[in-house]
Amino acid sequence: MPELVILSTDALIFLLVILASGFTRYASKREHLRAPWREVARSKVGMGALLVLSCFVTIGLLDSIHFRPEANGNTKESAEVLSLFDKLVTPLRMYQEKTYSAPLAAYQYTKENAELANGTTRRDYPRLEYGGSHLQNVEQEWGSDIVSKSLLGMSKGLLFWLLSTLLFLFWRSQRHRATIGNTLNELWAFQTEIPWRTLLITAGVICLLGFWAAELSTYYHLLGTDKVGEDVFYQALKSIRTGLLIGTLTTLVMLPAAILLGIMAGYFRGWVDDLIQYAYTTLNSIPGVLLIAAAILMMQIYMSNHEEQFASLTQRADLRLLFLCMILGVTSWTGLCRMLRGETFKMREMEYVQAAQAFGVGNFTIIGRHILPNVLHIVLITLVLDFSGLVLAEAVLSYVNIGVDPTMNSWGNMINSARLEMAREPIVWWSLAAALIFMFTLVLSANLFSDVVRDAFDPRLRSSR
Amino acid sequence: MSETLLTIANLKTRLGDAQHPIRVVDGVDITINKGETFALLGESGCGKSMTALSMMRLLPPSGRVIKGRVEFAGINLLSLSEREMRGVRGGSMGMIFQEPMTSLNPVLRIGEQIAESVRLHDKQLRGAVDDRVVALLDAVGIPDPTRRAREYPHQLSGGMKQRVMIAMALAGRPKLLIADEPTTALDVTIQAQVLKLLKGLQQETDMAILLITHDLGVVAETADRLAVMYAGQIVETAEVDGFFKGPKHPYSRKLFDSLPDSRKRDEKLAVIEGSVPSLDSYFKGCRFTGRCDVSSDRCHREIPKWRQLDEQTGVRCLLYAYDAMLPGEKKEQDTVLHSPRRLTQENLLNVQNLKVHFPIQKGIFKRVVGYVRAVDGIDLSIPKGTTLALVGESGCGKTTVGKGILQLIRPTDGRVQLEEDELTLLKGEALRRRRADMQIIFQDPMSSMNPRMLVGNIIAEGMQAQRMYNRQQRENRVSELLQQVGLSADAAKRYPHEFSGGQRQRICVARALAVEPRLIVCDEPTSALDVSVQAQILNLLKQLQNELDLSYLFITHNISVVSYLADQVAVMYLGRIVEKGNVDEVLKNPAHPYTQALLSAVPVPDPNHQSSIIQLEGDMPSPANPPSGCHFHPRCPAAKKNCATEYPHETQLSDSHHVNCWLVT
Repeated sequence: MPELVILSTDALIFLLVILASGFTRYASKREHLRAPWREVARSKVGMGALLVLSCFVTIGLLDSIHFRPEANGNTKESAEVLSLFDKLVTPLRMYQEKTYSAPLAAYQYTKENAELANGTTRRDYPRLEYGGSHLQNVEQEWGSDIVSKSLLGMSKGLLFWLLSTLLFLFWRSQRHRATIGNTLNELWAFQTEIPWRTLLITAGVICLLGFWAAELSTYYHLLGTDKVGEDVFYQALKSIRTGLLIGTLTTLVMLPAAILLGIMAGYFRGWVDDLIQYAYTTLNSIPGVLLIAAAILMMQIYMSNHEEQFASLTQRADLRLLFLCMILGVTSWTGLCRMLRGETFKMREMEYVQAAQAFGVGNFTIIGRHILPNVLHIVLITLVLDFSGLVLAEAVLSYVNIGVDPTMNSWGNMINSARLEMAREPIVWWSLAAALIFMFTLVLSANLFSDVVRDAFDPRLRSSR
Repeated sequence: MSETLLTIANLKTRLGDAQHPIRVVDGVDITINKGETFALLGESGCGKSMTALSMMRLLPPSGRVIKGRVEFAGINLLSLSEREMRGVRGGSMGMIFQEPMTSLNPVLRIGEQIAESVRLHDKQLRGAVDDRVVALLDAVGIPDPTRRAREYPHQLSGGMKQRVMIAMALAGRPKLLIADEPTTALDVTIQAQVLKLLKGLQQETDMAILLITHDLGVVAETADRLAVMYAGQIVETAEVDGFFKGPKHPYSRKLFDSLPDSRKRDEKLAVIEGSVPSLDSYFKGCRFTGRCDVSSDRCHREIPKWRQLDEQTGVRCLLYAYDAMLPGEKKEQDTVLHSPRRLTQENLLNVQNLKVHFPIQKGIFKRVVGYVRAVDGIDLSIPKGTTLALVGESGCGKTTVGKGILQLIRPTDGRVQLEEDELTLLKGEALRRRRADMQIIFQDPMSSMNPRMLVGNIIAEGMQAQRMYNRQQRENRVSELLQQVGLSADAAKRYPHEFSGGQRQRICVARALAVEPRLIVCDEPTSALDVSVQAQILNLLKQLQNELDLSYLFITHNISVVSYLADQVAVMYLGRIVEKGNVDEVLKNPAHPYTQALLSAVPVPDPNHQSSIIQLEGDMPSPANPPSGCHFHPRCPAAKKNCATEYPHETQLSDSHHVNCWLVT
């Protein structure tokens, strides 16, 4: 029986999931929170982006359930901590080449001396150990094999999509007591509350791409391999968790401080306000990168001095990630705090707050009952808007080596290593390209989604609709 | 008959999507002649402003005119291109809005803002633009126009800003001026100034004015003809004299009946039950039928047609149809006389020398450089079960008095005694417990309730804070209170935004009553409401006072409400009370020149009422820097020499009537 390992970030990420579902329950009972979400659900762009995002989140969550596999004689494996996601994509993880190979290649990217049967050595591109190893005659079969594997993968995807769409249509028509044809027409003409047409098309594209990638990556290295022969596609997928963690945990860390201090400053004013204001202006005037660099370097020294405290490399890297989230949180709570302070300033002059004061309601009850629920939309908007910025910040920080642990998969680290690869002749471009494609997709969908969320929650825009 | 300037025929405007349109304007016909003032009268949400915006083609993005014709000086406005329309707007058709504060750009000097519209419409002027700006400012009665033109909007008072807005509208030499509630946001004395200005300008330039208002008094003082609008339709047109003698439509009659005044003191005001129907519904009969007290079955079935009674008057009501209908059974409204007021001598509240000063701080060390003397030493007392009205213009410190008494703002000095307890000395828990005895009702019922809370929780909040009853008892009490203020008990399970303005104000009253207070500070509780709804709230307040023996401190600027509701009146000017006494004494025989001016400026809904308005010059000075001597002397028409040097002491005219003025000593 494999032993479950709960890393600190795993614990936090599941805490976040619990909080989010708790908030969903809370919101579903309150009309003023439900109405804007319904607005989001009606938006085509928003729902499309949400679907893409949820694919990322699923991978990230799968990658956050860690366990120690049973030692089956292989001592090297038993020391390692694997995630559920690793288990699912075992071939990607295990098929390791010697060094660089281009995407979908069957040969290595660099020449090597090989001893021929007759004893002479020849310098040539050797065949890869795994990539395209099923091919007998590479020159003749390679092209057609790629095409046929692509077609096979895509048709699998199409079939899967068609089946699930039919199932969905069937379920929906049963529920609404209509024929399948009518239901389809209704969906196609956008007559439904939720833009199912957009969702189905997006799902179709995702299915096609997903199955295509799955089919090809079992035979080839879809995005090539890196310097030590690791599959780049696998690295990029593993980086999703890092990106998501940075984007969400950071806000989780800063949220309590920002909300509490911001509202307190705005509500009590006077010396409380002065104190909090001085605190965040001071913090704001220290360059963020400097603070992060100092904190991370201190952490590094601590970790190298106390190696015995960490059971595995994964745990060490994980702690460093958590620390990065915290320090990013410390430098980024000021914006939200300032915004909440201003809003509370306005809020405390509202007549219902004064009415509550006239009743003799306590200050903290007023904050909890009258002010917090009325600034919650600002918190939500900031949370969603900050996410993509933080994902990008991770890439930048890792690039200058003060981000996540170098052993941890992250887009920033991929870009960092690509720095040297770009200088090679011939250049190795796929690490950089892979990191960019994945990051771009995640950040773009997060941005599109956050735009929709902001529009739905902004009271100024609501009146113009 | 004079020439027709504007003809609106069968104008229909829709808002919202095509499936569920909101019929904001539903077949409106209006003609306006050259040089006349035409008033469009109605409650809020009747489509008055939308009519004006439709003809200016300034509708919000979701709005569209689907039918009708707007002919202005021989041009069909609806067929003009947007470019040509821009020439008309601000040119031959000017517009002024309700809120002068938000209609001016705060970062531009007012001269530049006026010059902008001058340049647009007087292209040949070029070098003489500045002269024209000064001339315009002069025309709207702004003193020292050359200097004022270089000032920014924040340096001007509300009345001045509205004058600047009028100057901007005049820049295009309009033939028609559309004034959308031009004086609603202003004080009565300033309102009188602006109305007089508009009249004067009209006589000089012979322009027509389309006056959109809900105030019958303003109509009576300024308009020549009027149209009453209800639920997107015109229900009555008439000449002003005829209308005020005998309004035809039941709605118009109800509007008159619901006006509060001193003659109705001992009876309930007539109210128009309910509110304006939602305009996205489809009407099968008369739109007013649900609220009409003479409606019959036929009104529910048949849509009344427009009936022209004579050249000037017409009405949309089945009572005046060609086959005249007998009025339905008049529903009995109970107009029971209120039990006579028992004027006890026992005071519930005693305020002595109350002062609330706000420090003005400067620099990084927050050095105090002066004080805003918002309330500067006032004395008042309220006997049990009576109403004291605190009257004055905005900025005179009325609201601060209310909050100072409630200890929402801690007074700088003075004593506030509620029965035996000295409130200014109470602190923490002791004060918190005493808060149940005094409550406040605010002006805007929308912002005085947390939109995120259920009505039941809003009402129960005070009981919870005062630890009254247990949960179950509180729930029972909430439904009891809701019924007491005339709402159904299931309102507790709904959110504030589901209610109309009048209903929301009822909820606020219920919330205040929940903790069984003895004193309620009513801070302009009806000024955000329509006349008919105002009547409902006033009736409710009066009824509650009789039942529960409440005392009210009624803060208002509406004199007719004072005469209906109050027992005593105190007139405030710049942080001090200048005159106080029983309501009859003060309103009938005002002794202080400020009270006299204030009362004369109130528009009376009677066109034959000959009043000589005492015009006050200028605006109220800043309370940070009050004038020497009597605060009122710079504006006082009868100021004497010693007025400028010494503040007048209190003079007793009768047992109850006191005044602070050198003229009556």
